[in-house]
Formats: sequence, structure tokens, C-alpha cells
Amino acid sequence: MSDALKFTYEISGDDFTRAGEASGDAKRKLKQLGISPEAVRKVAIAMYEGEINMVIHADGGKIDVIITPEAITMILADKGPGIKDIEKAMQAGYSTAPDNIRALGFGAGMGLPNMKKYSDEMDIQTEIGVGTTVTMKVFI
Amino acid sequence: MEKFLNSVHLSEDLCKGCINCIKRCPTEAIRVHNGKAVIKKEFCIDCGECIRICVNHAKKATYDPVDMIHNYKYKVALPAPSLYAQANNLDDVNIVLNALKLCGFDDVFEVSGAAEIVSSLTRKYIDENQDKWPIISTACPTVTRLIRVKFPNLLEHLLPVKPPMEIAAALARKRAIEKTGLKSEDIGIFFISPCPAKVTSVRSPLGYKKSDVDGVLAIKHIYPELINKMSVVAEKDELEDLIISGKIGISWGSSDGESSGLLIDSYLAADGIENVIKVLEELEDQKISGLKFIELNACPGGCVGGVLTVENPYVAKSKLKKLRRYMPVTANHMEINEADMYFDSEIEYEPVYTFGSNVVDNISKMMHVEELCKKFPGLDCGSCGAPSCKALAEDIVRGQAKEKDCIHVLRQFINRFSDEINS
Repeated sequence: MSDALKFTYEISGDDFTRAGEASGDAKRKLKQLGISPEAVRKVAIAMYEGEINMVIHADGGKIDVIITPEAITMILADKGPGIKDIEKAMQAGYSTAPDNIRALGFGAGMGLPNMKKYSDEMDIQTEIGVGTTVTMKVFI
Repeated sequence: MEKFLNSVHLSEDLCKGCINCIKRCPTEAIRVHNGKAVIKKEFCIDCGECIRICVNHAKKATYDPVDMIHNYKYKVALPAPSLYAQANNLDDVNIVLNALKLCGFDDVFEVSGAAEIVSSLTRKYIDENQDKWPIISTACPTVTRLIRVKFPNLLEHLLPVKPPMEIAAALARKRAIEKTGLKSEDIGIFFISPCPAKVTSVRSPLGYKKSDVDGVLAIKHIYPELINKMSVVAEKDELEDLIISGKIGISWGSSDGESSGLLIDSYLAADGIENVIKVLEELEDQKISGLKFIELNACPGGCVGGVLTVENPYVAKSKLKKLRRYMPVTANHMEINEADMYFDSEIEYEPVYTFGSNVVDNISKMMHVEELCKKFPGLDCGSCGAPSCKALAEDIVRGQAKEKDCIHVLRQFINRFSDEINS
């Protein structure tokens, strides 16, 4: 048996009310593993932001959560439009979310900044028209 | 003192071993073993859901017998505000309070009076602790217990003020000692409770070392006699004025009441255990912001929905609303020593759902759970006695169940076996 535990979540792009299911499940599992409350909190917040982003911008996608005794790695992969300007997207308050999404209280431009803030390492690979993969790591 | 006490128990002869309670329990605390429901004490938060759902009335709430009051020379009743919401057409709380004295108590001390003290201390605490917003109420012991086992990141938000029942008990004891000159151990303080969770919080308090309450009596147990005595009292021309609370205190009996006494508008009040859990999950993920206070009641409608009450919670809520209409906002003019009202011990995270203390071991245990789940049908049928396939897998990994407890796995095994014999 290898010592990495992996969970895969398919994120549906058409139902807002389900955003948060994946991060909620991951959070419960991490608590059960005895991961420190602080690390669990970081993962839950960072992953939820990512999940919401995938629903808003990319019509869903897939999240892999890989847990080792050293770190929790989240790989969020979508086949969305890609991020045009990563530097701008990383600025707090910058958002390309359409008005109908903002009306729901989302699209405040805090998604990527919060993902960065609550993860210990973050990497973004994006290609216009192909998709985006965000990898976040939280050390245990 | 035991760390994990609970106040729900089973009448074994009434339990049919059905799956109603195991499916309803919000903390997955119940299993059916050998045809009988068994509660895992460390998972149970005393919410009373299993008592509500059990069609065979096999789940019982624990509370003290009324006769217990005779063990004390001087007996004081502490009525919860939800008690006033049980009677029909009540227009004067003094009728209930005087009737309680006819039920064998020497004195009565309204818990709603102490609730007004908690309201004012909470207002102060909110103002002085902006870094801890939103402050989460600790009045409902079930919610505090839930946070202790499931939401470690929210512990710092808990209001460190003793619940109204405790403050009432301490003040009532002091008053009784002053009045009678008796020793503390001769004075019995009895809470007239809407819920069994208070029994646990008296026997094993969270946030403070020792409870001042000597016994917890059930509203539904005392109610028949109380109603009789109320009709006697109602005939009297003059009643002893025993009221020490107004609108703010009385309002604590139902959901939204505690918050309304804070005189702020940035609060949230949720009731019903499922709703409470949803709010706590969102709070933990920082999806809820801009609030100063969170009031959570495990029972539907708040304390009026407790399993030891007799009236429908929503009817009770409306009665309470009517009753308080002509009351003063507050009637509490007690002198108190503020320092005694705060918690004197930490509430610590109890990771009861964690497999063990070693993360590496836990990871391999969870892998084992995932492998087991693949073998099970995922129907969550409950026939194995666990609430879900995943719960069974976890029990197996903990060494508390076996694979063939799953009737689907067992059937496959038997089919294979019979095929082998027949071939």
C-alpha cells in the first residue's frame, strides 16, 4: 500500500448550490485523519474558493486531493476559458464574473487571492481556450 | 467526572432494532447491535432526535425524579421560560410561579431573570471582543457539545458566559442561604427543564467546573400537578409577586429570543440540529461574514421544542409572544459579582471521530475504509446496524464490526458458497 491517500471530486458546472460539497467532504476527511485544525481550515477555505471559481468560470471540472503525512495537495483542473491575465486575476477585488453571478454574492474578486493566502504553495497553469490547472499545497 | 456523559438511554424491551434512530442521528452515534440500538456515548450530543423519531418509544430521556426534592430541607424551583409557554391562556407568570410553590418548593427563582444578566454580559462581551466576532451562544448545551467534537476552529468564538440556568442556580442558592441560614448542602436547587441535555450539563459541565444545580426535573413530568395547582392559585385574590424578569428574559424560551435581547441587528439565529450544523459548517469555511452574534438552538423552535415539553413548539412560541406583550423590557435588578458569571475552564477540542493519534496510521486506515466502501453497495440501507456504508467501513477499521455484517456482502458469500456446493 502506498502512503498517499487520494480523493477525486467531479465538480458540476451547472449547480451553484452544490459548490462546497467537495471541500466540505475533504474537510470532514481531514478532521477524521487527525490533521491539525489550522491546516484543515486552510484547506477548506482554499479549496472552496477554487471550487466556486470552477463553477463560475469554467463550467466545473475535477479536483484531486492527495494526502500524505507531510502535506495536502489539491489539484483543480478545468477545461474552461483559461485566465487571460494571471497578474490581474491575483489582485484582490479584480473579477471577470458576469453580473448575474455577482448578484448571487459571488465574484468579489477574492477567489485567487484567498487561494494564495490560505495555501502554502500555489501554482497556476493556464492556456486560453484550453483550461486551467491550479495546484495548491498545505503542509501538515 | 466522566468526559463523555449523555442523557438519552434505551428501554431495551421496547427497542425493535429498526433503523429509524440510526438514520436520524446527526452525529452517527447509534448502531444496532444484536437487534438493539446502542449509543456511542462519545459521539452523542444529547440533541434528542432519536427520542423524537422512535416510534416504539424505546429511546428515553434521562432526568431526575420529582421525589428527589425531599432529600433537601429547603427546595428552590428554577423554571425555564419555556415552562410558561405550555399552559393555555396564561396572562400572569405569577400564577405559574405560585403554583410551583404549592408543588412542594419553598422558593422559586426565574431562570429568565438570570437570562437577562447573561444578555447584558453578552452585550458587553460582544463590544469588547471584536476580534472574536461572531460570538457563538453557549446557552444550548447540545450546540456546545457539537462544536467540541466537530468544529475545533470555532471554539474561540464561544461565549464564555455561564448559561442562565447556572447563574440562576448560584443566585438562588445565595438567596436561600441568606434567607434561611441553612448550610448549602441542605438547599436543593431544581431546574424545571425542557430538555435532557441540561441533565448532562449539570453532571458534566463544559466551561465551568461544577454546577450549582442539584436536580433536573422534566417539564412534562411536573406539568400535570402544576396545572392542577395553577387552577387553585388562579382562584386566589392576591398572589405573591415572584417575577424577576421581563420581555428580554422570557424571550429566551424560543429561537431568536436570546439574540433579540442583545439589541443589535447583525446576528443570525438558527434552530433545529440540521440547520445548526449547516450554519457551523459555513461559519467554519468563512462563508458567513459580517455578523456579531450567532444564536443556535438544537431543538426546532428553540427551547420550547425540547423533548421534555408537552406543547407543540410553534404553538408554544406564539403563546410566549402573547404572554410577554405587556411585560416591562427587563425586570432584573439583581446585584451580581460579574466575575462569577464567566467560564472558569477551557472547552477543549475532543477529536472523537479521528481514528487514532497518529496521522500516518490514520491515512492507511482511511485507505482501508475507501477499499471497503467499494465492496459495499452504497445503498446506506442500515441493515448492518450502521447508518451508512461508510459508517460500517469505519466501524470495521476501528475493529467494531465485520464485513459480513453487510447483508449484501453476506448474500454474495452465500451465493458463491451454494454455487460451489452445487457444481
